[in-house]
Amino acid sequence: MASAQATAPPVVTAVRPHRSRTVPAWVWALPPVAVLGLVFLYPLGLVVQESLAPGAYAEVLASASFRDALVTTVWLAVGATVGCLVLGFVLALIVAFVPFPGAKAVSRFIDVFLSFPSFLITLALLFVYGTVGMANGLWTGATGADAVSDGPFHFLTTPWGVLLAEITYFTPFVMRPLLAAFSQLDTAQLEVASSLGARPARIVRRVILPEVLPALAAGGSLVLVMCLNEFGIVLFTGAKGVTTLPMLVYSQAILESDYAAACVVAVVNVALSVGLYAVYRVVSRRAGA
Amino acid sequence: MLVHSRSGRRASWLVFAVLFVPLFAVPLLVIVAASFSTHWSGAFPSGPTTEHYAAAVRGESLQALTTSLVTAVAASLLALTLGTWAALAAAALRGRGRRILDALFVLPLAVPSVVVGLAVLVAFSRPPLLLNGTRWIVILAHTVLVTAFAHQSVSAAIRRLDPMYEQAAAGLGARPSYVLLRVRLPLLLPSLSAAAGLCFALSMGELSATMMLYPPDWTPLPVLVFTATDRGSLFIGSALAVVLMAATLLVLLAVSRIRTKASYR
Repeated sequence: MASAQATAPPVVTAVRPHRSRTVPAWVWALPPVAVLGLVFLYPLGLVVQESLAPGAYAEVLASASFRDALVTTVWLAVGATVGCLVLGFVLALIVAFVPFPGAKAVSRFIDVFLSFPSFLITLALLFVYGTVGMANGLWTGATGADAVSDGPFHFLTTPWGVLLAEITYFTPFVMRPLLAAFSQLDTAQLEVASSLGARPARIVRRVILPEVLPALAAGGSLVLVMCLNEFGIVLFTGAKGVTTLPMLVYSQAILESDYAAACVVAVVNVALSVGLYAVYRVVSRRAGA
Repeated sequence: MLVHSRSGRRASWLVFAVLFVPLFAVPLLVIVAASFSTHWSGAFPSGPTTEHYAAAVRGESLQALTTSLVTAVAASLLALTLGTWAALAAAALRGRGRRILDALFVLPLAVPSVVVGLAVLVAFSRPPLLLNGTRWIVILAHTVLVTAFAHQSVSAAIRRLDPMYEQAAAGLGARPSYVLLRVRLPLLLPSLSAAAGLCFALSMGELSATMMLYPPDWTPLPVLVFTATDRGSLFIGSALAVVLMAATLLVLLAVSRIRTKASYR
Protein backbone atom coordinates (compact mmCIF):
# COMPACT_ATOMS: atom_id res chain seq x y z
CA MET A 1 0.00 0.00 0.00
CA ALA A 2 2.63 2.48 1.09
CA SER A 3 4.94 1.43 -1.71
CA ALA A 4 2.14 1.77 -4.27
CA GLN A 5 1.47 5.35 -3.10
CA ALA A 6 5.13 6.14 -3.28
CA THR A 7 5.46 4.92 -6.83
CA ALA A 8 2.29 6.54 -8.17
CA PRO A 9 3.41 10.22 -8.34
CA PRO A 10 6.55 9.61 -10.42
CA VAL A 11 4.40 7.80 -12.97
CA VAL A 12 2.13 10.82 -13.26
CA THR A 13 4.98 13.31 -13.63
CA ALA A 14 6.65 11.07 -16.15
CA VAL A 15 3.48 10.91 -18.21
CA ARG A 16 2.84 14.68 -18.30
CA PRO A 17 5.82 15.90 -20.28
CA HIS A 18 5.45 12.88 -22.50
CA ARG A 19 1.82 13.70 -23.23
CA SER A 20 2.57 17.34 -23.99
CA ARG A 21 5.25 16.20 -26.38
CA THR A 22 2.76 14.03 -28.29
CA VAL A 23 0.92 17.23 -29.35
CA PRO A 24 3.28 18.63 -31.97
CA ALA A 25 3.48 22.36 -32.58
CA TRP A 26 1.65 22.23 -35.90
CA VAL A 27 -1.53 20.97 -34.21
CA TRP A 28 -1.82 24.36 -32.48
CA ALA A 29 -1.64 26.00 -35.87
CA LEU A 30 -4.67 24.07 -37.11
CA PRO A 31 -7.53 26.02 -35.42
CA PRO A 32 -6.56 29.48 -36.78
CA VAL A 33 -5.85 28.03 -40.21
CA ALA A 34 -9.26 26.30 -40.17
CA VAL A 35 -11.01 29.57 -39.27
CA LEU A 36 -9.09 31.49 -41.93
CA GLY A 37 -9.88 28.77 -44.41
CA LEU A 38 -13.60 28.99 -43.69
CA VAL A 39 -13.92 32.78 -43.72
CA PHE A 40 -11.32 33.74 -46.32
CA LEU A 41 -9.73 30.95 -48.39
CA TYR A 42 -12.96 29.05 -49.09
CA PRO A 43 -14.80 32.25 -50.18
CA LEU A 44 -11.83 33.19 -52.36
CA GLY A 45 -11.89 29.72 -53.89
CA LEU A 46 -15.58 30.14 -54.66
CA VAL A 47 -14.83 33.41 -56.46
CA VAL A 48 -12.28 31.62 -58.65
CA GLN A 49 -14.78 28.79 -59.26
CA GLU A 50 -17.55 31.24 -60.15
CA SER A 51 -15.25 33.08 -62.55
CA LEU A 52 -14.76 29.83 -64.49
CA ALA A 53 -18.38 29.88 -65.65
CA PRO A 54 -18.47 29.12 -69.39
CA GLY A 55 -17.69 32.15 -71.50
CA ALA A 56 -17.20 34.53 -68.57
CA TYR A 57 -13.49 35.18 -69.17
CA ALA A 58 -13.86 35.58 -72.92
CA GLU A 59 -16.75 37.99 -72.50
CA VAL A 60 -15.12 40.15 -69.82
CA LEU A 61 -11.63 40.23 -71.29
CA ALA A 62 -13.05 41.26 -74.65
CA SER A 63 -15.19 44.07 -73.24
CA ALA A 64 -13.99 47.62 -73.66
CA SER A 65 -15.07 48.61 -70.16
CA PHE A 66 -12.76 46.00 -68.62
CA ARG A 67 -9.77 47.04 -70.70
CA ASP A 68 -10.42 50.70 -69.92
CA ALA A 69 -10.64 49.91 -66.21
CA LEU A 70 -7.42 47.90 -66.32
CA VAL A 71 -5.51 50.69 -68.07
CA THR A 72 -6.99 53.36 -65.76
CA THR A 73 -6.19 51.32 -62.64
CA VAL A 74 -2.59 50.68 -63.63
CA TRP A 75 -1.71 54.21 -64.73
CA LEU A 76 -3.44 55.77 -61.74
CA ALA A 77 -1.59 53.43 -59.38
CA VAL A 78 1.79 53.99 -61.04
CA GLY A 79 1.25 57.75 -61.22
CA ALA A 80 0.13 57.98 -57.61
CA THR A 81 3.08 55.85 -56.47
CA VAL A 82 5.59 58.06 -58.29
CA GLY A 83 3.94 61.16 -56.86
CA CYS A 84 3.94 59.72 -53.33
CA LEU A 85 7.61 58.72 -53.60
CA VAL A 86 8.77 62.16 -54.75
CA LEU A 87 6.57 64.10 -52.33
CA GLY A 88 7.20 61.72 -49.42
CA PHE A 89 10.97 61.82 -49.97
CA VAL A 90 11.11 65.61 -50.04
CA LEU A 91 8.86 66.04 -46.99
CA ALA A 92 10.60 63.33 -44.94
CA LEU A 93 13.99 64.79 -45.86
CA ILE A 94 13.01 68.18 -44.47
CA VAL A 95 11.43 66.73 -41.32
CA ALA A 96 14.52 64.62 -40.61
CA PHE A 97 17.45 66.80 -41.67
CA VAL A 98 16.25 70.40 -41.49
CA PRO A 99 14.44 70.06 -38.18
CA PHE A 100 12.06 72.79 -37.09
CA PRO A 101 10.17 73.32 -33.82
CA GLY A 102 7.01 71.45 -34.87
CA ALA A 103 8.71 68.47 -36.55
CA LYS A 104 7.69 66.03 -33.77
CA ALA A 105 4.08 67.17 -34.04
CA VAL A 106 4.22 66.62 -37.80
CA SER A 107 5.24 62.99 -37.43
CA ARG A 108 2.49 62.46 -34.86
CA PHE A 109 0.03 64.13 -37.22
CA ILE A 110 1.06 61.64 -39.91
CA ASP A 111 0.24 58.72 -37.58
CA VAL A 112 -3.21 60.19 -36.95
CA PHE A 113 -3.67 60.82 -40.66
CA LEU A 114 -3.02 57.13 -41.37
CA SER A 115 -5.85 56.07 -39.07
CA PHE A 116 -8.49 57.97 -41.06
CA PRO A 117 -10.35 56.41 -43.99
CA SER A 118 -9.28 57.41 -47.49
CA PHE A 119 -12.62 58.76 -48.66
CA LEU A 120 -12.33 61.73 -46.30
CA ILE A 121 -9.72 63.18 -48.65
CA THR A 122 -12.11 63.10 -51.59
CA LEU A 123 -14.82 64.63 -49.41
CA ALA A 124 -12.45 67.46 -48.49
CA LEU A 125 -11.37 67.99 -52.09
CA LEU A 126 -15.04 68.43 -53.04
CA PHE A 127 -15.08 71.53 -50.84
CA VAL A 128 -11.75 72.80 -52.14
CA TYR A 129 -11.99 72.15 -55.89
CA GLY A 130 -15.64 71.11 -56.33
CA THR A 131 -17.98 72.95 -58.69
CA VAL A 132 -19.10 75.27 -55.88
CA GLY A 133 -15.99 74.91 -53.73
CA MET A 134 -13.35 77.26 -52.40
CA ALA A 135 -11.16 77.55 -55.49
CA ASN A 136 -13.99 78.06 -57.97
CA GLY A 137 -15.71 80.45 -55.55
CA LEU A 138 -12.57 82.57 -55.31
CA TRP A 139 -12.23 82.62 -59.08
CA THR A 140 -15.80 83.63 -59.71
CA GLY A 141 -15.61 86.16 -56.90
CA ALA A 142 -12.61 87.74 -58.62
CA THR A 143 -13.94 87.66 -62.17
CA GLY A 144 -17.65 87.97 -61.53
CA ALA A 145 -18.44 84.88 -63.61
CA ASP A 146 -21.19 82.37 -62.87
CA ALA A 147 -19.88 79.83 -60.34
CA VAL A 148 -21.42 76.61 -61.61
CA SER A 149 -20.52 76.97 -65.26
CA ASP A 150 -17.44 79.16 -65.33
CA GLY A 151 -15.16 78.02 -62.51
CA PRO A 152 -11.80 76.93 -63.91
CA PHE A 153 -11.47 73.79 -61.76
CA HIS A 154 -13.38 70.81 -63.14
CA PHE A 155 -10.72 68.12 -62.79
CA LEU A 156 -12.23 66.51 -59.69
CA THR A 157 -14.46 64.11 -61.61
CA THR A 158 -11.64 63.19 -64.01
CA PRO A 159 -8.80 60.73 -63.29
CA TRP A 160 -6.68 63.71 -62.19
CA GLY A 161 -8.94 64.25 -59.19
CA VAL A 162 -8.49 60.62 -58.17
CA LEU A 163 -4.73 60.96 -58.70
CA LEU A 164 -4.55 64.04 -56.46
CA ALA A 165 -6.59 62.33 -53.72
CA GLU A 166 -4.48 59.15 -53.88
CA ILE A 167 -1.20 61.07 -53.70
CA THR A 168 -2.50 63.02 -50.70
CA TYR A 169 -3.75 59.97 -48.86
CA PHE A 170 -0.87 57.58 -49.54
CA THR A 171 2.16 59.91 -49.15
CA PRO A 172 2.27 59.33 -45.35
CA PHE A 173 2.64 55.60 -46.06
CA VAL A 174 5.93 56.43 -47.81
CA MET A 175 7.01 58.96 -45.19
CA ARG A 176 6.77 56.62 -42.22
CA PRO A 177 9.31 53.98 -43.34
CA LEU A 178 11.51 56.76 -44.72
CA LEU A 179 11.56 58.65 -41.40
CA ALA A 180 12.46 55.37 -39.66
CA ALA A 181 15.30 54.80 -42.15
CA PHE A 182 16.53 58.40 -41.80
CA SER A 183 16.70 58.05 -38.03
CA GLN A 184 19.06 55.07 -38.42
CA LEU A 185 21.32 56.95 -40.79
CA ASP A 186 24.73 57.76 -39.30
CA THR A 187 24.90 61.56 -39.19
CA ALA A 188 28.71 61.40 -39.15
CA GLN A 189 28.57 60.44 -42.84
CA LEU A 190 26.67 63.63 -43.58
CA GLU A 191 29.05 65.74 -41.51
CA VAL A 192 32.07 64.26 -43.30
CA ALA A 193 30.55 64.78 -46.73
CA SER A 194 29.58 68.30 -45.78
CA SER A 195 33.00 69.20 -44.36
CA LEU A 196 34.63 67.88 -47.53
CA GLY A 197 32.66 70.52 -49.38
CA ALA A 198 29.68 68.59 -50.76
CA ARG A 199 26.60 70.69 -51.36
CA PRO A 200 23.26 69.52 -49.85
CA ALA A 201 21.94 68.31 -53.22
CA ARG A 202 25.04 66.19 -53.71
CA ILE A 203 24.81 64.76 -50.17
CA VAL A 204 21.19 63.81 -50.78
CA ARG A 205 22.03 62.16 -54.10
CA ARG A 206 25.26 60.40 -53.17
CA VAL A 207 24.89 59.61 -49.45
CA ILE A 208 21.26 59.68 -48.28
CA LEU A 209 19.47 58.28 -51.32
CA PRO A 210 21.56 55.09 -51.70
CA GLU A 211 21.26 54.47 -47.98
CA VAL A 212 17.44 54.64 -47.82
CA LEU A 213 16.73 53.13 -51.23
CA PRO A 214 15.41 49.86 -49.71
CA ALA A 215 12.97 51.75 -47.46
CA LEU A 216 11.88 53.83 -50.44
CA ALA A 217 11.32 50.69 -52.52
CA ALA A 218 9.37 49.01 -49.72
CA GLY A 219 7.15 52.03 -49.15
CA GLY A 220 6.64 52.50 -52.88
CA SER A 221 5.57 48.93 -53.56
CA LEU A 222 3.18 48.98 -50.59
CA VAL A 223 1.58 52.16 -51.94
CA LEU A 224 1.38 50.63 -55.41
CA VAL A 225 -0.59 47.65 -54.08
CA MET A 226 -2.86 49.89 -52.00
CA CYS A 227 -3.54 52.16 -54.98
CA LEU A 228 -4.44 49.17 -57.15
CA ASN A 229 -6.94 48.14 -54.47
CA GLU A 230 -8.30 51.61 -53.64
CA PHE A 231 -12.07 51.88 -53.75
CA GLY A 232 -13.31 54.59 -51.39
CA ILE A 233 -11.59 57.49 -53.18
CA VAL A 234 -12.94 56.44 -56.59
CA LEU A 235 -16.43 55.82 -55.21
CA PHE A 236 -16.58 59.24 -53.54
CA THR A 237 -15.36 61.03 -56.64
CA GLY A 238 -18.61 59.89 -58.21
CA ALA A 239 -17.11 60.20 -61.68
CA LYS A 240 -18.71 58.04 -64.31
CA GLY A 241 -15.56 58.39 -66.42
CA VAL A 242 -13.20 56.95 -63.81
CA THR A 243 -13.65 53.19 -63.46
CA THR A 244 -10.95 51.15 -61.78
CA LEU A 245 -10.91 47.38 -61.30
CA PRO A 246 -12.30 47.45 -57.71
CA MET A 247 -15.00 49.87 -58.91
CA LEU A 248 -15.84 47.48 -61.77
CA VAL A 249 -16.13 44.56 -59.32
CA TYR A 250 -18.56 46.61 -57.25
CA SER A 251 -20.67 47.82 -60.14
CA GLN A 252 -20.85 44.39 -61.83
CA ALA A 253 -21.80 42.60 -58.60
CA ILE A 254 -24.04 45.07 -56.80
CA LEU A 255 -25.47 47.32 -59.50
CA GLU A 256 -25.81 44.77 -62.31
CA SER A 257 -25.92 41.50 -60.32
CA ASP A 258 -23.59 39.89 -62.87
CA TYR A 259 -21.60 37.76 -60.44
CA ALA A 260 -19.65 35.75 -63.01
CA ALA A 261 -18.27 38.93 -64.59
CA ALA A 262 -17.54 40.45 -61.16
CA CYS A 263 -15.63 37.30 -60.20
CA VAL A 264 -13.53 37.40 -63.38
CA VAL A 265 -12.55 41.04 -62.72
CA ALA A 266 -11.87 40.12 -59.07
CA VAL A 267 -9.54 37.29 -60.09
CA VAL A 268 -7.58 39.60 -62.40
CA ASN A 269 -7.34 42.25 -59.67
CA VAL A 270 -6.22 39.70 -57.07
CA ALA A 271 -3.58 38.27 -59.41
CA LEU A 272 -2.23 41.76 -60.06
CA SER A 273 -2.05 42.90 -56.45
CA VAL A 274 -1.00 39.61 -54.84
CA GLY A 275 1.82 39.33 -57.38
CA LEU A 276 2.96 42.86 -56.55
CA TYR A 277 2.56 42.24 -52.84
CA ALA A 278 4.89 39.24 -53.11
CA VAL A 279 7.46 41.56 -54.68
CA TYR A 280 6.89 44.02 -51.82
CA ARG A 281 7.50 41.29 -49.20
CA VAL A 282 10.78 40.33 -50.86
CA VAL A 283 11.88 43.96 -51.16
CA SER A 284 10.93 44.89 -47.60
CA ARG A 285 12.66 41.80 -46.20
CA ARG A 286 15.79 42.92 -47.99
CA ALA A 287 15.25 46.44 -46.63
CA GLY A 288 15.01 45.06 -43.09
CA ALA A 289 18.19 42.99 -43.52
CA MET B 1 21.96 69.09 -40.09
CA LEU B 2 21.97 69.13 -43.86
CA VAL B 3 21.45 72.78 -44.64
CA HIS B 4 23.74 75.16 -42.76
CA SER B 5 22.88 78.60 -44.06
CA ARG B 6 19.99 80.34 -42.40
CA SER B 7 18.42 81.33 -45.71
CA GLY B 8 18.69 77.76 -47.02
CA ARG B 9 16.93 76.44 -43.94
CA ARG B 10 14.21 79.07 -44.31
CA ALA B 11 13.78 78.08 -47.96
CA SER B 12 13.40 74.37 -47.16
CA TRP B 13 10.88 75.12 -44.41
CA LEU B 14 8.96 77.23 -46.87
CA VAL B 15 8.93 74.30 -49.34
CA PHE B 16 7.69 72.04 -46.56
CA ALA B 17 4.92 74.43 -45.55
CA VAL B 18 3.83 74.99 -49.14
CA LEU B 19 3.56 71.24 -49.75
CA PHE B 20 2.39 70.00 -46.36
CA VAL B 21 -0.24 72.50 -45.33
CA PRO B 22 -2.46 72.50 -48.45
CA LEU B 23 -2.14 68.75 -48.99
CA PHE B 24 -2.53 67.34 -45.49
CA ALA B 25 -3.67 69.96 -42.99
CA VAL B 26 -6.21 71.79 -45.17
CA PRO B 27 -8.37 68.73 -46.06
CA LEU B 28 -9.04 67.90 -42.42
CA LEU B 29 -9.68 71.54 -41.52
CA VAL B 30 -11.97 71.92 -44.51
CA ILE B 31 -14.13 69.01 -43.37
CA VAL B 32 -14.38 70.43 -39.85
CA ALA B 33 -15.20 73.91 -41.20
CA ALA B 34 -17.80 72.55 -43.62
CA SER B 35 -19.52 70.56 -40.88
CA PHE B 36 -20.35 73.84 -39.10
CA SER B 37 -21.70 75.69 -42.12
CA THR B 38 -24.60 75.72 -44.54
CA HIS B 39 -23.02 77.29 -47.59
CA TRP B 40 -19.61 77.35 -49.28
CA SER B 41 -19.10 79.34 -52.44
CA GLY B 42 -16.17 81.61 -51.61
CA ALA B 43 -12.85 81.46 -49.83
CA PHE B 44 -14.57 80.62 -46.56
CA PRO B 45 -17.76 78.78 -45.64
CA SER B 46 -20.76 80.80 -44.58
CA GLY B 47 -23.93 80.40 -42.56
CA PRO B 48 -22.49 79.03 -39.27
CA THR B 49 -24.69 76.34 -37.71
CA THR B 50 -24.54 73.36 -35.38
CA GLU B 51 -27.67 71.88 -36.93
CA HIS B 52 -25.75 69.14 -38.75
CA TYR B 53 -24.36 67.87 -35.47
CA ALA B 54 -27.81 67.87 -33.92
CA ALA B 55 -28.86 65.66 -36.85
CA ALA B 56 -25.70 63.57 -36.61
CA VAL B 57 -26.31 62.42 -33.05
CA ARG B 58 -29.89 61.26 -33.32
CA GLY B 59 -32.01 58.75 -35.17
CA GLU B 60 -30.45 57.03 -38.16
CA SER B 61 -27.04 58.66 -37.65
CA LEU B 62 -26.77 57.70 -34.00
CA GLN B 63 -27.71 54.15 -34.92
CA ALA B 64 -25.00 54.14 -37.61
CA LEU B 65 -22.45 55.31 -35.04
CA THR B 66 -23.33 52.52 -32.61
CA THR B 67 -23.37 50.06 -35.51
CA SER B 68 -19.86 51.13 -36.46
CA LEU B 69 -18.63 50.96 -32.88
CA VAL B 70 -20.12 47.51 -32.24
CA THR B 71 -18.80 46.18 -35.56
CA ALA B 72 -15.33 47.60 -34.96
CA VAL B 73 -15.08 46.30 -31.38
CA ALA B 74 -16.34 42.83 -32.34
CA ALA B 75 -14.13 42.58 -35.43
CA SER B 76 -11.06 43.83 -33.51
CA LEU B 77 -11.51 41.33 -30.68
CA LEU B 78 -12.09 38.43 -33.07
CA ALA B 79 -9.17 39.45 -35.29
CA LEU B 80 -6.90 39.93 -32.29
CA THR B 81 -7.71 36.43 -30.97
CA LEU B 82 -7.27 34.81 -34.36
CA GLY B 83 -4.17 36.79 -35.31
CA THR B 84 -2.46 36.32 -31.94
CA TRP B 85 -3.18 32.59 -31.93
CA ALA B 86 -1.78 32.25 -35.45
CA ALA B 87 1.29 34.34 -34.58
CA LEU B 88 2.00 32.26 -31.45
CA ALA B 89 1.47 29.01 -33.36
CA ALA B 90 3.76 30.22 -36.16
CA ALA B 91 6.45 31.18 -33.64
CA ALA B 92 6.47 27.57 -32.38
CA LEU B 93 6.96 26.25 -35.90
CA ARG B 94 10.15 26.20 -37.90
CA GLY B 95 11.13 26.59 -41.54
CA ARG B 96 8.50 25.97 -44.15
CA GLY B 97 5.53 25.59 -41.78
CA ARG B 98 6.12 29.02 -40.31
CA ARG B 99 6.55 30.65 -43.71
CA ILE B 100 3.33 29.11 -45.04
CA LEU B 101 1.36 30.18 -41.97
CA ASP B 102 2.73 33.74 -42.14
CA ALA B 103 1.99 33.99 -45.85
CA LEU B 104 -1.58 32.72 -45.37
CA PHE B 105 -2.33 35.29 -42.70
CA VAL B 106 -0.76 38.15 -44.64
CA LEU B 107 -2.72 37.32 -47.80
CA PRO B 108 -5.84 39.36 -46.86
CA LEU B 109 -3.62 42.49 -46.92
CA ALA B 110 -2.86 42.02 -50.59
CA VAL B 111 -6.37 41.05 -51.71
CA PRO B 112 -8.49 44.13 -52.51
CA SER B 113 -11.12 44.69 -49.83
CA VAL B 114 -13.82 44.88 -52.49
CA VAL B 115 -12.86 41.35 -53.51
CA VAL B 116 -12.96 40.21 -49.88
CA GLY B 117 -16.48 41.63 -49.78
CA LEU B 118 -17.44 39.85 -52.98
CA ALA B 119 -15.95 36.55 -51.78
CA VAL B 120 -17.76 36.70 -48.44
CA LEU B 121 -20.97 37.62 -50.26
CA VAL B 122 -20.65 34.69 -52.68
CA ALA B 123 -19.70 32.20 -49.96
CA PHE B 124 -22.28 33.10 -47.32
CA SER B 125 -25.30 33.59 -49.54
CA ARG B 126 -25.71 29.84 -49.99
CA PRO B 127 -27.25 27.17 -47.75
CA PRO B 128 -24.50 25.74 -45.51
CA LEU B 129 -23.92 29.12 -43.86
CA LEU B 130 -26.57 31.65 -44.81
CA LEU B 131 -25.40 34.95 -43.34
CA ASN B 132 -26.35 37.32 -46.16
CA GLY B 133 -28.70 40.04 -44.96
CA THR B 134 -27.60 39.78 -41.34
CA ARG B 135 -25.18 41.91 -39.37
CA TRP B 136 -22.86 38.93 -38.96
CA ILE B 137 -21.71 39.06 -42.57
CA VAL B 138 -20.44 42.64 -42.06
CA ILE B 139 -18.64 41.70 -38.84
CA LEU B 140 -17.18 38.63 -40.54
CA ALA B 141 -15.82 40.63 -43.48
CA HIS B 142 -14.31 43.26 -41.17
CA THR B 143 -12.68 40.49 -39.13
CA VAL B 144 -11.10 39.01 -42.25
CA LEU B 145 -9.81 42.42 -43.34
CA VAL B 146 -8.18 43.39 -40.04
CA THR B 147 -6.87 39.96 -38.99
CA ALA B 148 -3.84 40.38 -41.25
CA PHE B 149 -2.89 43.65 -39.51
CA ALA B 150 -3.33 42.08 -36.05
CA HIS B 151 -1.24 39.07 -37.06
CA GLN B 152 1.52 41.22 -38.53
CA SER B 153 1.98 43.47 -35.55
CA VAL B 154 1.73 40.65 -32.98
CA SER B 155 4.20 38.45 -34.82
CA ALA B 156 6.63 41.37 -35.09
CA ALA B 157 6.31 41.79 -31.31
CA ILE B 158 6.91 38.06 -30.73
CA ARG B 159 10.12 38.28 -32.75
CA ARG B 160 11.32 41.12 -30.50
CA LEU B 161 10.40 39.20 -27.33
CA ASP B 162 13.36 38.16 -25.18
CA PRO B 163 13.22 34.32 -24.97
CA MET B 164 15.06 34.45 -21.61
CA TYR B 165 11.84 35.08 -19.68
CA GLU B 166 9.92 32.09 -20.95
CA GLN B 167 13.00 29.87 -20.74
CA ALA B 168 13.51 30.92 -17.14
CA ALA B 169 9.84 30.25 -16.34
CA ALA B 170 9.92 26.87 -18.07
CA GLY B 171 13.21 26.05 -16.38
CA LEU B 172 11.59 26.73 -13.01
CA GLY B 173 8.94 24.14 -13.86
CA ALA B 174 6.09 26.27 -15.23
CA ARG B 175 3.81 24.41 -17.60
CA PRO B 176 3.44 25.73 -21.19
CA SER B 177 -0.06 27.10 -20.50
CA TYR B 178 1.25 28.93 -17.42
CA VAL B 179 4.20 30.34 -19.37
CA LEU B 180 1.80 31.56 -22.06
CA LEU B 181 -0.74 33.15 -19.71
CA ARG B 182 1.56 34.60 -17.06
CA VAL B 183 4.75 35.39 -18.99
CA ARG B 184 4.32 35.73 -22.74
CA LEU B 185 0.89 37.38 -23.01
CA PRO B 186 1.63 40.01 -20.30
CA LEU B 187 4.88 40.82 -22.08
CA LEU B 188 2.97 41.12 -25.35
CA LEU B 189 0.20 43.26 -23.85
CA PRO B 190 1.53 46.64 -25.10
CA SER B 191 1.73 45.39 -28.69
CA LEU B 192 -1.62 43.63 -28.36
CA SER B 193 -3.32 46.87 -27.39
CA ALA B 194 -1.53 48.74 -30.17
CA ALA B 195 -2.76 46.11 -32.62
CA ALA B 196 -6.27 46.43 -31.20
CA GLY B 197 -6.18 50.19 -31.80
CA LEU B 198 -5.03 49.69 -35.38
CA CYS B 199 -7.75 47.10 -36.07
CA PHE B 200 -10.39 49.33 -34.53
CA ALA B 201 -9.39 52.36 -36.62
CA LEU B 202 -9.33 50.33 -39.83
CA SER B 203 -12.71 48.76 -39.14
CA MET B 204 -14.28 52.12 -38.26
CA GLY B 205 -13.27 53.56 -41.64
CA GLU B 206 -13.93 50.45 -43.73
CA LEU B 207 -16.10 51.22 -46.74
CA SER B 208 -15.16 48.94 -49.65
CA ALA B 209 -16.24 45.54 -48.38
CA THR B 210 -19.08 47.08 -46.36
CA MET B 211 -20.62 48.59 -49.50
CA MET B 212 -20.91 45.08 -50.93
CA LEU B 213 -22.47 43.53 -47.84
CA TYR B 214 -24.38 45.82 -45.51
CA PRO B 215 -28.02 44.92 -44.81
CA PRO B 216 -30.49 47.83 -44.41
CA ASP B 217 -30.68 47.41 -40.64
CA TRP B 218 -26.90 47.40 -40.11
CA THR B 219 -25.55 50.54 -41.79
CA PRO B 220 -22.11 51.59 -40.54
CA LEU B 221 -21.17 55.27 -40.39
CA PRO B 222 -18.90 55.37 -43.52
CA VAL B 223 -21.81 54.10 -45.64
CA LEU B 224 -24.00 56.88 -44.25
CA VAL B 225 -21.28 59.45 -45.05
CA PHE B 226 -21.28 58.12 -48.60
CA THR B 227 -25.07 58.15 -49.05
CA ALA B 228 -25.26 61.70 -47.65
CA THR B 229 -22.50 62.89 -49.99
CA ASP B 230 -23.93 61.00 -52.93
CA ARG B 231 -27.29 62.74 -52.67
CA GLY B 232 -25.52 66.11 -52.44
CA SER B 233 -25.78 66.76 -48.69
CA LEU B 234 -22.07 67.52 -48.42
CA PHE B 235 -22.38 69.46 -45.16
CA ILE B 236 -24.28 66.71 -43.34
CA GLY B 237 -21.76 64.24 -44.78
CA SER B 238 -18.87 66.20 -43.30
CA ALA B 239 -20.57 66.45 -39.89
CA LEU B 240 -20.91 62.65 -39.94
CA ALA B 241 -17.27 62.34 -41.03
CA VAL B 242 -16.17 64.53 -38.10
CA VAL B 243 -18.18 62.31 -35.73
CA LEU B 244 -16.45 59.28 -37.27
CA MET B 245 -12.98 60.82 -36.86
CA ALA B 246 -13.70 61.95 -33.30
CA ALA B 247 -15.00 58.53 -32.23
CA THR B 248 -11.95 56.83 -33.77
CA LEU B 249 -9.53 59.24 -32.11
CA LEU B 250 -11.21 58.94 -28.70
CA VAL B 251 -10.96 55.15 -28.75
CA LEU B 252 -7.35 55.28 -29.98
CA LEU B 253 -6.53 57.66 -27.13
CA ALA B 254 -8.15 55.31 -24.59
CA VAL B 255 -6.25 52.34 -26.05
CA SER B 256 -2.93 54.19 -25.89
CA ARG B 257 -3.58 54.87 -22.20
CA ILE B 258 -3.92 51.11 -21.62
CA ARG B 259 -0.62 50.70 -23.38
CA THR B 260 1.26 53.10 -21.13
CA LYS B 261 -0.21 51.46 -18.03
CA ALA B 262 0.78 47.99 -19.23
CA SER B 263 4.34 48.95 -20.06
CA TYR B 264 5.05 49.58 -16.36
CA ARG B 265 4.63 45.89 -15.59
